[in-house]
Amino acid sequence: MWEYTDKVKEHFINPKNVGELPDANGIGEVGSMACGDALKLYIKVDENDRIVDVKFQTFGCASAIASSSALTEMIMGKPLVEAEKITNDDIADYLGGLPKEKMHCSVLGKDALKKAIEDYRGVAAAGPEGEIVCECFGVTDKQIEEAVSENHLKTIEDVTNYIKAGGGCGNCHEKIQEIIDTFYKKPGVIVPKPRKLTNIAKIKLIEDTLDREIKPALMQDGGNIELVDIDGDVVFVKLKGTCATCSASQLTLKNYVEIKLRELVAPGLVVEEVK
Amino acid sequence: MDVVYMDNNATTAVAPEVKDEMLPFMTEYYGNPSSMHTFGGQVGRKIVEARERVAQLINADPSEVIFTSCGTESDNTAIRAALASNPDKKHIITTRVEHPAIKNLCENLEKKHYHVTWVPVDKKGNLDCDYLYDHLTDDTALVSVMWANNETGVVFPIAEISRHARERGIVFHTDAVQAAGKVSVDVKAAEVDMLSMSGHKIHALKGVGVLYIRKGTKFSPFMIGGHQEQGRRGGTENVASIIGLGKAAQMAKAHLGAGMEQVKSLRDRLEQGLLKSIPNTILNGDKQNRLPNTLNLSFEYVEGEAILLMMDKYSICASSGSACTSGSLEPSHVLRAMGVPFTAAHGSIRFSLSVYNTEKEVDFVIEKLPPIIAKLRQMSPFWKEGTCRAQ
Repeated sequence: MWEYTDKVKEHFINPKNVGELPDANGIGEVGSMACGDALKLYIKVDENDRIVDVKFQTFGCASAIASSSALTEMIMGKPLVEAEKITNDDIADYLGGLPKEKMHCSVLGKDALKKAIEDYRGVAAAGPEGEIVCECFGVTDKQIEEAVSENHLKTIEDVTNYIKAGGGCGNCHEKIQEIIDTFYKKPGVIVPKPRKLTNIAKIKLIEDTLDREIKPALMQDGGNIELVDIDGDVVFVKLKGTCATCSASQLTLKNYVEIKLRELVAPGLVVEEVK
Repeated sequence: MDVVYMDNNATTAVAPEVKDEMLPFMTEYYGNPSSMHTFGGQVGRKIVEARERVAQLINADPSEVIFTSCGTESDNTAIRAALASNPDKKHIITTRVEHPAIKNLCENLEKKHYHVTWVPVDKKGNLDCDYLYDHLTDDTALVSVMWANNETGVVFPIAEISRHARERGIVFHTDAVQAAGKVSVDVKAAEVDMLSMSGHKIHALKGVGVLYIRKGTKFSPFMIGGHQEQGRRGGTENVASIIGLGKAAQMAKAHLGAGMEQVKSLRDRLEQGLLKSIPNTILNGDKQNRLPNTLNLSFEYVEGEAILLMMDKYSICASSGSACTSGSLEPSHVLRAMGVPFTAAHGSIRFSLSVYNTEKEVDFVIEKLPPIIAKLRQMSPFWKEGTCRAQ
């Protein structure tokens, strides 16, 4: 069960400003039913660029409904220039915080507001900028970079919690990691290119991968592996336990250890056994 | 307000009779059943009785029953034992709708040189058995198919599948955690090699399970230790829980006839009441071929977690296949395997009843749920009364 604050529960059970607004002059729609949450935000802006009325419709979980309701309270009566400054963190703070897995609900609110304001200003309703990275939830590289930048996200899991990207099939994890890495490596011009590891980073990553992925798997069958040396792309290892005497050890080495290392560290790696 | 508990496929209330049976073994009778003295020995005799009671529920011989710590341990033990006794075979067949205990274990084995065939289900959640039979090969070490699905309650033709596996000399395991106690589970009639059960789904405590191993089945233990369970599962027995499970098994057997008929009639009353009063509601699963206690409904255009929390206000307990309740972002793998559209999967609610539910409780849910769905639909941008079907 999620731990929701009393404020989230209150806005969920008794949401404010629910419904359609027939005389709205700005509408922002984000999300879809397939995604599991969607928000349609209606704003009415007067001649002084002040939001004089606001309504919402939400399909989604308790925190999506609460975030939408909170947003409407936050922007009601506000000049556009002020409303524009609201971030997803502001929405979450207003609610006394959201579980981290639910931060994407506050992002939904922020995005809908941005779209509604754009709609009011007559800015061409363009689709999200950039190229789609996460096919499952239709999230682009620009959106991921924006979320990383605004919320200081460090891991793929963070990105998923905020904007859902990577939460489906997982095929885009590598690309998301690249976006995160690239973001933290600037400033300067970003030249997207395949990640090239420095020697020290490569050694570290090989060690980590052996410890985290490979050793536990081998140990389940009574075996183990030890890193002896790394020379360029050649990784020298020693097989231990049952692996040392197993007739299938070469198979394990090439079909498992090498493939894992190539997948997780660098594609050119070769694993050699030291007796 | 009293809790209206309709989440019995998640866990069940401990039966008062089960508690009474266990209590002395949590207090004065604390002896070790393996001890030589009378004080311990009297505990050992109660374990023998519990084993007999469990054996009777599934029509096994008591020597074929071992106690474990949970259904997941039973599943893991069974699968690893089958693979260990067929070291040259690298192929496993299971279904796309298994419990995570089987699903995640098999996905894990896929990474370790095993090849897994995932048998699909149709729209109603029934298994594509021909697909399964077509994929049996000489390399197949194990077939593992759940007896009944936890989310939809759909029951699989275990006797038929096990016969096909046996004809090819392949070990057959079934996860009967949801089926045991709800429908007749007869290991002799179905001729399964191994079967898993869990205590807390049949009104015993959490933390105790059963693995049935047919006499003559090759086996290697998962937990290595003392001679307990005839060396098939080391570790001092979880005495009180095992004794409680024995009592629960005895009661479950007694409830199989009229008791489950009563549960089914309550379930049907709930189903008809909700389908009648809430438009755009879809039944997930096979209406006929289902556990008597399970009802899985999709309420279109609303999201499951929101429904659960609204029901929580009235202390009504159920569960959902929605993404938001799972900790991941994807809705139930069972509903997706059935081809239930995302839109309906997000709004799915599972009610699972037990012999302790009453007609009054069912009517309470039928009264409270329609306004909840209506309120959430009023909020939903996709809901337009009467026109929804066309979308």
